[in-house]
Parts: sequence; C-alpha cells; structure tokens
Amino acid sequence: MTGARLPEGGLIDRARPLGFTFDGKPFAGFQGDTLASALIASGVRVMGRSFKYHRPRGALTMGSEEPNALVGVGEGPDHEPNVRATTLELREGLRAVSQNRWPSLRFDALALNDLAAPLLGAGFYYKTFMWPATFWERVYEPLIRRAAGPGALSGAPAPGREDRAFAHCDLLVIGAGPAGLAAALAAGRAGLRVIVADEDARPGGRLLAERLEVGGVSGADWAAGAWAELASMAQVRLMSRACVFGVYDGGVYGVLQRTPDGPARNVYWRIHARRAVLAAGATERPVAFPDNDRPGVMLAGAVRALLNRWATLAGRRVTVFAAHDEAWRTAADLAAAGAEVRLVDVREDAPGTAPQGVELVRGGRVTGTRGRLGLTGVRVRDGRGVECWREADILAVSGGWSPAVHLTCHHRGRPVWREDVAAFVPGPDLPPGLSVAGAAAGAVSTAAALCEGDAAGRAAAEALGRAPVRANLPEAEDAPVSAAAFWLVEGVKGRAWVDFQNDVTVKDIRTAEAEGFGAVEHLKRYTTMGMATDQGRVGAVLGLGVLAEITGSGIAETGTTIFRPPYAPVPLAAIAGAHGFRPTRRPPTHGWAEKRGAVFVEVGPWLRAQYFPRPGETGWRQTVDREALAVREAVGFCDVSTLGKIDVQGADAAVFLDRLYANPMLKLPVGRCRYGLMLREDGCVMDDGTVARLAEDHFVVSTTTGGAAGVFRHMEFCRQCLWPDLDVSLVSVTEAWAQTAVAGPRARDLLSRVIEGLDLADEAFPFLACGEGRFEGAPARLFRISYSGELAYEVAVRAGRGERLAEALAAAGADLGATPYGTEAMGVLRIEKGHVAGPELDGRTTPADLGLAKMVSTKKDFIGATLLRREGLADPARPALVGLRPVVAGAGVSPGAHLFAQGAPVDAGHAEGRVTSAAFSPNLGETVALGLLKRGPDRIGERLRAVDPLRGREAMVEVVSPHRIDPEGGRLRA
Amino acid sequence: MIIDHPLCGPRDAREFTVLGDAAWMDRPDPAAPDAAEAFHAYACLRANPAGVTRELWWHEHGDRSWLVVTRDTLSHAVLKVELAEDVARASKAAR
Amino acid sequence: MRLSALTLLREAFSPERTPVWRTPEPKPAYRVIIVGGGGHGLATAYYLAKEFGVTDVAVVEKGWLGSGNVGRNTTIIRSNYLLDGNIPFYEHSMKLWEGLEQDFNYNAMVSQRGVLNLCHSDAQRDAYARRGNAMRLHGVDAELLDADGVRAMAPFLNFDDARFPIKGGLLQKRGGTARHDAVAWGYARGADLRGVDLIQNAEVTGFLREGGRIAGVQTTRGAIRAGRTGVAVAGNTSRVMAMAGFDRLPIESHVLQAFVSEGLKPIIPGVITYGAGHFYISQSDKGGLVFGGDIDGYASYAQRGGLPVLEDVVEAGMALMPMIGRAKLLRSWGGIMDMSMDGSPIIDRTPAEGLYLNAGWCYGGFKATPASGWHFAHLIAKDAPHPVAAAYRLDRFRTGRTIDEKGMGPWPNLH
Repeated sequence: MTGARLPEGGLIDRARPLGFTFDGKPFAGFQGDTLASALIASGVRVMGRSFKYHRPRGALTMGSEEPNALVGVGEGPDHEPNVRATTLELREGLRAVSQNRWPSLRFDALALNDLAAPLLGAGFYYKTFMWPATFWERVYEPLIRRAAGPGALSGAPAPGREDRAFAHCDLLVIGAGPAGLAAALAAGRAGLRVIVADEDARPGGRLLAERLEVGGVSGADWAAGAWAELASMAQVRLMSRACVFGVYDGGVYGVLQRTPDGPARNVYWRIHARRAVLAAGATERPVAFPDNDRPGVMLAGAVRALLNRWATLAGRRVTVFAAHDEAWRTAADLAAAGAEVRLVDVREDAPGTAPQGVELVRGGRVTGTRGRLGLTGVRVRDGRGVECWREADILAVSGGWSPAVHLTCHHRGRPVWREDVAAFVPGPDLPPGLSVAGAAAGAVSTAAALCEGDAAGRAAAEALGRAPVRANLPEAEDAPVSAAAFWLVEGVKGRAWVDFQNDVTVKDIRTAEAEGFGAVEHLKRYTTMGMATDQGRVGAVLGLGVLAEITGSGIAETGTTIFRPPYAPVPLAAIAGAHGFRPTRRPPTHGWAEKRGAVFVEVGPWLRAQYFPRPGETGWRQTVDREALAVREAVGFCDVSTLGKIDVQGADAAVFLDRLYANPMLKLPVGRCRYGLMLREDGCVMDDGTVARLAEDHFVVSTTTGGAAGVFRHMEFCRQCLWPDLDVSLVSVTEAWAQTAVAGPRARDLLSRVIEGLDLADEAFPFLACGEGRFEGAPARLFRISYSGELAYEVAVRAGRGERLAEALAAAGADLGATPYGTEAMGVLRIEKGHVAGPELDGRTTPADLGLAKMVSTKKDFIGATLLRREGLADPARPALVGLRPVVAGAGVSPGAHLFAQGAPVDAGHAEGRVTSAAFSPNLGETVALGLLKRGPDRIGERLRAVDPLRGREAMVEVVSPHRIDPEGGRLRA
Repeated sequence: MIIDHPLCGPRDAREFTVLGDAAWMDRPDPAAPDAAEAFHAYACLRANPAGVTRELWWHEHGDRSWLVVTRDTLSHAVLKVELAEDVARASKAAR
Repeated sequence: MRLSALTLLREAFSPERTPVWRTPEPKPAYRVIIVGGGGHGLATAYYLAKEFGVTDVAVVEKGWLGSGNVGRNTTIIRSNYLLDGNIPFYEHSMKLWEGLEQDFNYNAMVSQRGVLNLCHSDAQRDAYARRGNAMRLHGVDAELLDADGVRAMAPFLNFDDARFPIKGGLLQKRGGTARHDAVAWGYARGADLRGVDLIQNAEVTGFLREGGRIAGVQTTRGAIRAGRTGVAVAGNTSRVMAMAGFDRLPIESHVLQAFVSEGLKPIIPGVITYGAGHFYISQSDKGGLVFGGDIDGYASYAQRGGLPVLEDVVEAGMALMPMIGRAKLLRSWGGIMDMSMDGSPIIDRTPAEGLYLNAGWCYGGFKATPASGWHFAHLIAKDAPHPVAAAYRLDRFRTGRTIDEKGMGPWPNLH
C-alpha cells in the first residue's frame, strides 16, 4: 500500500477540501496540506526525476531542504519552475507539473543515462568529449545543455507584482519553533522591538510534526498560543512564510516572505536588526546504502511529520532505519497509527525495549532496496549478519540531525563538530549580534530548546538595556538522546546516494578522493555535491561523513565547505521588486516638447528631445538639417537644462575655482563667463563647462550632462577634503533652473522681445557676458555663450517656468523663424564648430589632445597639473584633435573608423588615429567629422584613409581644421 | 553595511559613494622638488591593508558630507566615522 | 597518463584510480617558485615546463589548488578589448583557450557560444564601432549588430518597453565560457605530469633574501629556495608583496560578487552584457544562470558583498530580460579582486632582483588565465617580457603610459 489519509487528526482543515492537478491528473487535498502531503495522501510517490541519471524520485523530506520533489507550477507566462512540493501550500485549482522528464514522469527516455552510470561518474566530463576536437561545441555540449534543468522558464515576462521593503528591530528571531518562540516571548515581554520570521505558514516548527506536549497542551496548540501572545504585543511583528536567507554586514538580514494573500506574490525584506537569534532548527540526514533513493525512502522525521501534521500514513509496511533514539519515536508513532513497523537500529546496544507493536532489529543494516517506481522491498542484515528481503512501502531513514548552521557561516565562520550530538554546530565566529538557540545550536530536547531560546531572548533584552521579565517555562519533553554518527552501510555493492538531486554517490566520493580531490572544496566541485537547488542541505554533511570514513581522518578534521547566501533560493523578480531600473529624468520643457511632437532620446538617465519633426518631413535627416540650418540662418532654441549647474559662493569662491580648473579663474570679472577645463588629478580631462561670475563671491558653473554628478562630487571632495579652510559653499542647482540655449543671428532680436531689464546690445552685453534680467517679471539669468558658434545666449529661469519660456520663445519668434531644435542638431552644430564632447572626452584625453593646450595655466597649481607633465601624457606623438572632410563629395565617414596613411597596410600597427564624431553638415553640404590623429595639427591638408572594417566602409579624408564654421569667431561676437 | 554618520546617525551604506583610500586627502605640495614622485605615489600607490583602513565615503544621497570611515577590510566592521572636513582641518593644523 | 576513450572505458569498470597530481614534499630548492596555485600560477608553471623547458618548478599554495578566483568567477572568456596594449594579449589568450583541451588533454569545456555587448544609444554604438574596428585591425573577430540582428539572436530581450532601448550590439562569436575549476585542474595536471611540484597548504610567510635579491620563500611548510620567484596571487597581491618590502602598489583589493540561479532548461544562448547597467549573464551547461555586475566599491578582503549590488544587478537584469523573474537565486559569492589603477594587469619584473609580479587583474582575470600564465612564464624564463605583454609594466603609472580601457583614471573601484 502507498500513502493514505487517516480518518482523523492532523493540522489540516477537513472542512475545506481543495482540488488540484498534477501532470494534468486531478487530485484532492485539504487546506493545510502541501502539494507533497496531498500527493502522498493520494497515493502518489514519484514526483520528479534526478538531474543526471533521471532516476524516479519521491519526496525525501517535508521541508524547504527537499532535493527531489521539485515541480513546475502554473501555466504560460505564470509558470514557475523548481518549486518544492514539500513547502508549496495547496490551493484550489493549483496546477503542478513534473520536470526533467520526457515523455512522462513514469517513462523517461533519459533514464537510459542510469544504465551508463559507470561511465558518468565524478569528473567524467573533464576526461571525455575531447575527441574529435571539433565535436565538443557541435555535438557533445549541445546534448549536455539540452539535458540541463531541472525546470524551465516560460520565456515570457512573469505577471504579478513583487515588492520589497525595509524593517528595523531590536531583535530578529529566526524560526518560530520552541526555541524561537521562547526567545521572542522573553524579548517581547521585556519590551524589545521584535520581528519573528518563520519559513512555515504556521508557527511551531518541529512541534507541528510531533505528538509531544508543551505545557500540558499539544505542541501545535502551545505554539499557536505563544504566537497569539506575541501578536498582542504592539512592538512585535510576526512574519510567517518568511525565510531569512542571508546575514549581511551591519546587522542586515535578507528575508523573502511569500505573501499569497497580499497584493504582491513575494516581499523581499532588508531587516536591520540590532541582535538576532537563530532558531532555525535542524535538518535530518540520510544514510548511504545501496538504492537509498527510491520513491518511498524518506527521512524518518518527514514520515513522522506526514503522520502527525498531515494525518497521512506514508505506507502500511514501514521499515525505520536509524542510529539514534529519536527514530524510536517514529516507530512508535507509526505503530500507534496502525502501521506494520520494523525498526532497524544500527546500534547493538541501543537502550530500551522495542515500542509496542514494533519489531526491533538491533545492530542491523539496510543493505538494499527494490521497486522501480516506488519502494516495494528492503533488504535487512541483522546483527548476526543474516540478510533477508522484506516487503516495505516506506523506508524511514535517519542518520541523525544537522543543525541549520548556514546563517552562522555567512561571515565565513566555520561550524565545529560536536561528538556528543554527532553534528556540526555553529562555531565561535558568529556574525556580530547573532546568537544561536535550540536545535540549531545542537540542543536535542524540546525543554532544552525552550530554555536556550528563553535565555537568548533575555540576553538580548539585557544587552539592549531592558530588564528581562522572569517567566516560568512550560513543561516539555526532556529525554536524553544518545546519538552516534552513522554515515554509510559498508560491505555491500550498489550505488548509494549522497546528493540526491545531483546524483552524487559514495562511489563518486571514492573516485574523487582517489584522484586527489579529497579536500572538501575539491570534492564539492569535482562531484558537484551540494551544488544542486537544495544547496546540500540534505546531503552535504553525509557526504563529508562518507569522505571522513574513506580517508580515515575524522569528520571534525574533514570540516565543511563554505555556506553562502542565500539559505533558500530567492526569486529574482522579488529582489528587483516593483521598481523599474533607474528612474527616467525629464527636463523642464519635456511636456512642451511632447506637444510639439518631438522625438526623444535617452541621454544617460535623461530623456531629451532629439528632434522636432514637422508634418511632411520624411526622415530624421530632413528635420535635423532644417533645425541646424535655422540656427545658422535665423534662430533656434534648445533645452540644455540637463547640463549640470553648480552654485559656488563664498569669499574664496574664485580661489577655489582657480585651483579646480586648468585655466585661470581668479581674475574673471563679475558679469563675465569663461570656458572652464577641468582635469582629473591624473592629468586627463574630466569635464568642461562654463564658469560665470555673478558677483564677487558668487559663481555658477556648468558641467556636461553626463558629468554633472561626478563633477559635483569632485568639487565637494576638493572643498571638504583638500581645502577646508576656504570660505566656499556649493549647491547643485541642476534641477532648479530651466536653461535654454537661444542661438542664431536673430537670437538677440528674439531675446529682446522676451527678456526685460537687460540691455542686450553687443556693447552692453558682449560675448561671454552674464547678467540677470527678467522673464515675465521673474528673474532670468542670461549667459552669452555659444556651443554652436553663432550669436547665442543661454537663458536660465526657474525650473517651473521652463515650459512657459519655450512657449514664449516660439510665439515671440514666429516671424524670426525661431525653431526649436534637439540634441541631434546640437550635435551637428558643435561638430561643425569643432567643439569637443563625449566621444572626445573619453577619460583618456589630455588638453593637448583636444587642442586646448594653450588654455592650461603654467603659472598656478590646479588639480591635475603635476601628473599632466608625465612623459606618457606629454608625448608629442599622441593623437590630437583634427577636422576631417571626405575627399569625394557625398562620401560618408563613420565614427569608430580608424585612420591610415595612404599606402600603409590596414592593421593595428599602422593605425594613426580614429574618427570620433561625424555628422552631415547642411551648412557645408558634406559630412563633417572630428578625429584624433597622431601629430594631427601638423598634418592639415594630408589625405588619409578612414577605414571601418566592421561595416565594410572606407573613405578618403582630408585633414582640416576642426573649426569648419567661422574659425575667426566673428559670428559669435556679432 | 551601516555607516554611523556623525551628523545624520546610522545610515545604510547604499546612501553613500566611496571614493577610495583616505590618502586622497593628503595632496602633496606641487612646489616641492619631489612633486612628480609624490603625486605619483599620492594618486597611484596604495597600502591596501588587509585589516584596518581609512576610506573616503560621500553621503551622496544624504547630506553630501565627505566622511573618513575607518573600517576593517577583513571583517567589514566599521570602527570609526568622522567628518572629512574635521579631519582635514586637524591635519592642516598639525602640519 | 594520457586520457583517451580507452582509459575512460577502463575506468568505468575498474575501481582503480590514480591521483590527478602528486602530493610531493617540498624540496629545499627549485629553479623557479610560483607563489599562488590559482589559475594563473598553475598556468605559469604549466607553460614554464611545456613551452620554456623549465621543469624544476614548485607552485606553493596556501589552501587547495584553484581556491582563489579561478574557482570563483563567472567563467567568461573573450578578447573584445579596445586598447592596443590589451587586444593582442587577450587574443593570445583566446587562441590558447581554443586549443586548450587538446593541449593539456583535459576537457575544460571551452564553449564559444558568443559574447554580445548590447548598446543603447548612438554614442554607445559609435564607441562599440571603435572597439570592434580596433579588434578587427588586430585580427580579432567582431561584428556590429543592429537591433534586428540582436533580436534574431536573443528574441527574449526586452525590445518593447525597456528602460533603455536596445539599439544593437557588438558580438564576438569566439567569446564564450569555460568550466573554471577544470581549467585549474587541467593546468595542475599538465604541470604535474611535466615534473612541477604542486605544494598545497603551504602559505608564504616571508621571502628569503640574499644580498639585495629575493632567493625564495619562507612557508608554513618550511623555507624553499629558488633562483626566481614569481608571485601570482591576485586579490592578495598587496599582502604577499608587502612581505617582500613592497608596501605600496598601484592596487586595491575589492570584492566582486557573482550569482547563480537554480538550474533551468537552456534559455540564454551565449554571454550577454547590458550596456545601460552593469549586468552580464550566461547559462552554464548545468542550466544555472550565471550573472554579475559591479564591484561593491569599498576595499575588502572579506570575500562577501552586500545586498545593494545584488539588487542593482537584478534590477538591471530584469529590465533587460524580464523573463528571468521566476528564476531563483541559488548562490552568491564574493571574490577579492586586485583592482589596479588603470584597470589593466601587471606582468613585470620588480625592483627586487629575482622577484616577478603577476597582478592587477581586476575582474578580468579568468579569461586571461592562459595568456597570463604563458607570458609570466616567458618573463620568468627569459627575464624579459614578450612584446605582446610588454605594456603591462609596473612603472606605467609613473610614466603615464597607462592602459585605461574605461577611461576612469586612478580610481580602482571605477574600473
């Protein structure tokens, strides 16, 4: 017989039956079931296939450590792979499917792998698939990849919302079993702000799986009562279905909470806790013996949990195989429930007498199992060495318990072996603020767990300055448990599994050790033991025990591998939360530009108007040409608010800026602007912009769009860390001002109509003047600076008035041909004029490279002055800025092309420079380009090849001055 | 990681941007005869201790203070947090 | 023992196994000692023996072979660099990867499924054009894809409403991944077969001096003398070199995290990198999504990072390929990176005679493993760099001849 529901008992709500399907077949369970408990109660044993050999597998555990029973849930985009059936709460209409099998779970073609197992042992990948040489990528690897798994993503974005949040507390209690609840009660009663996080949907931990009483009531009832008391405390927050998956620096804990009834599927928490108590219990270990992986072989605690929590008898004929007293409890519970139970205890001298109705085999071993798709029989060798097969539906195995030490190792602490409890317990190097209580610390009885939890809660209260409240602990079982480590059954042939999901067997460990991979980390990597989705929570310690037996060194010396976060897998969608990646920034005239039909482009985090198409225009080039021509011939305007703006004030503001910029700033007159060139300390150009002096002690400087944040950081660094004695203060005002460039021969005419209170005549407000006027009665700053090379101004008004300014410019300039232009035309204009921008300021160029050597002061110190003189930066052979024009009219030149002398071979050794920027110039009727060319300024007039192998293009170009429009600068001074 | 800001109290490290070694505060004298070597060491050579180190952190998403954070690079323990401006003034005064 | 189909078959039916490498006691002296039994150190020993005829070599490793960053990375191999100082070196590495299995007779699962760098603006496309052209001029394969080309390769990317539009990409088809641990084991096995002593659990505690020169190392397993000593301990370079008297180097140690999901059926073909956020991803042969992003940004030797980087990386990943939302993070880890002042490595003699340095790999060390070993072996054997690695000088920060791929300047956490 396979599993069946008992007529009464358990923590399920029989009044709420739930229908669900598994691989399309309908089943029924109850509220309170997991998928696994409901399937077992329905007689289903096979739930999955193993990774490598595709062995049929059933649930081994009833918890989040489950290695076998992984299923897919949901359909279409909603599909979620690799869900543990053992923790998946049953709900009405749940559709689950098995994974890693074809064509079906019961008949899986790749189970053929199992026959080839002798070939596929540890390390086989590395020794094979090498002949012939070309076959790896063409044949072998695609086959291997196809077999990967277990589950599959849908390939579509998943629907539904995920969220993330922060929380803070004095004490985080991890686990709501007896130790955790006792800790939370002690801390809560003392007035601490407590968060209790427990993986399960229901508090109680191991108490839910046992028939033990606490304080005279059932363990589950006691836990529910404690939970209710905690819920009544205002400063306590209870989080069920919440797995603490990682311990990070500064007392930050990563927590994933499933929230099936909330607006989000999951909430990813960052909990800042001053103290934490780890009370996460322990995980049972299997034992290695031949064919210990068949469906129906389960951990003893899981069989007991099925019985007591889910009122399900996993099988009628049960063999219990264990090495410690606790297994006797399993045998007794099962016998009491009517099962035919045989208890095989490896100890000759196991204390006590057999429980009622249990056949006891002392000093026995299980030496094999049978049953292709589920256990049918168990071979037992008794204490005298006599072997016989006996029928069995369930084999309940326990090799002892491993404390859930994982979180204690997240700061690279190492667990230590404790012989008396036959387990690795947390070592001395715990993450700061974390203590451990209960089974997680190696405590074996319920009373000990309660006592340790209570002590930990009170200790936390005391440490945080609260007086602990004395309270009597409830009565609980306090049986002494004797345990001996038992890893594997020796002297029998057959494959004995250690890591179930990844199909690592005792033989693999032997192989690895013999081949020199006996160090624990080598073993893990060579065999993949502990690297499956269960992260070795079930099998890793067993594997180490087996290794220790093989090598003859003790388990304590063998040690463990490093445990890393997360403790349990975390959905990526939850980590990303509901937030998009990087907020979009919009300049002040965005809405206006939208109304004008602008096409937008991403520039860093900003969305900027790229161009403003007009009806009838057939392509972007036509629009951009029109906009660029309008600037040269009439007037255009463009939102340049994205440029960084930093307000600099103080008596020493000029001194400060003079030290910051490579060119002199000290004597910049009030009411004047100056181009500013800023270097990094290593001598390369960092950024450029405009420095405007509004008053003796008041400047405003601009930066490039991309450089805004970095330049402000740099300036604050210089102010606070280098020159704290200077009287200067800085404010980033990028967002405070809407700044618009107004450029073109009619710029003055247009601005005169819009700006009041400022005489814009050239004599009164010449090139590089700055001053304050008014726009519609409110302050407006004017800077006569030019990026395009035309007569131009930048007008800054309060950010909220940006759209109004754009409207006013468009309206007032209609008869002047006032044209809004976007970033594309701006790029054309600056290349025509030979102004450098992002492609030239690539973090590797010096002022001399950019033709700006003359600006660099030799009379003062400034950031970058000393290292700029290094030989590598002062090398005259470095590529420097030139203009490039195609020799054949109409030929294109593309940025990214490399430059070669005529007749030189086209290879890296002969490249002499590259094209950095290029655009079609409607003003010149040809492509204009900028480039960096070795000794470029000396080579004006030379013809070169611009070669672009990627796109198969080549053009002959002539080296020209970068300043293609108005090199004398007459226009901008007009 | 939590940075105990002298003005703002304990703040999550995600509010900060790290510049690097606090050696960045000790800008050499450009007029000194060994300035070239001193600036090379200043900008490019680091002690990089496995243990206690001093770093410059900027409270970019906060009050924009530069802080000198003394940390252990082996344990990530934060040992001391000072306003860089105070440190810079004190070191100038000491010179 | 040379591996063949026959040896494999024999192994299948026989429990007899021989160790892949010996576990020798250290001899009192060797011609060359390599400090560091990671990928680079083991590759150096291998090429010293195989290419330069120097077999009297010991590799001393403080832990187990391959316990450094070779066992802790995202396994990507590529040679899609921009600068002349780097391209030939990384391309040499790629060529060595391509012949590696046949060369050392061990399957390191080198898999050239392609590396695709996405671009999201015209300016970025121009920058990729420059880089791709530089690669082509050095004889390296590179293709510039438009958005349709990217769509054909990776239809699952978010083309519709991504935060940053996908405008195209730079593809290196010969890029891909390799099984990182097996690389270390293959080099270790090959070196051992040629007589190199691999000495594990021997931590260097000091250097032996003879006059002004370095004459070997003091270890937890005793003193070992050598004519030439090479240090290849990226991540811990400053700690080890300080023992030789170099208390300041152009290096900072930082933590780089990497992440892997649970196993999944194949869904991501090659390596894909996001150009608008720091995110790169591939899928291992076992099905795990292997991904990573930026370093945490603060100096660290702790081999662990924080949640902010994880969140940023996953946000970027979800923006680019929202289909990965239901995949689950299985494991994260942190490696210590030797972040150099210009983002490029150092393979050079040191001012101390007899002492050679291989360091500063930032987070590009894995792909460099073969060439790093080859060129470090060349340097040690001949006491002179091969022209291909000649730019990786220790004094380039003094001269200003830096190799700054990202153009970030001497801020190691920005490279």
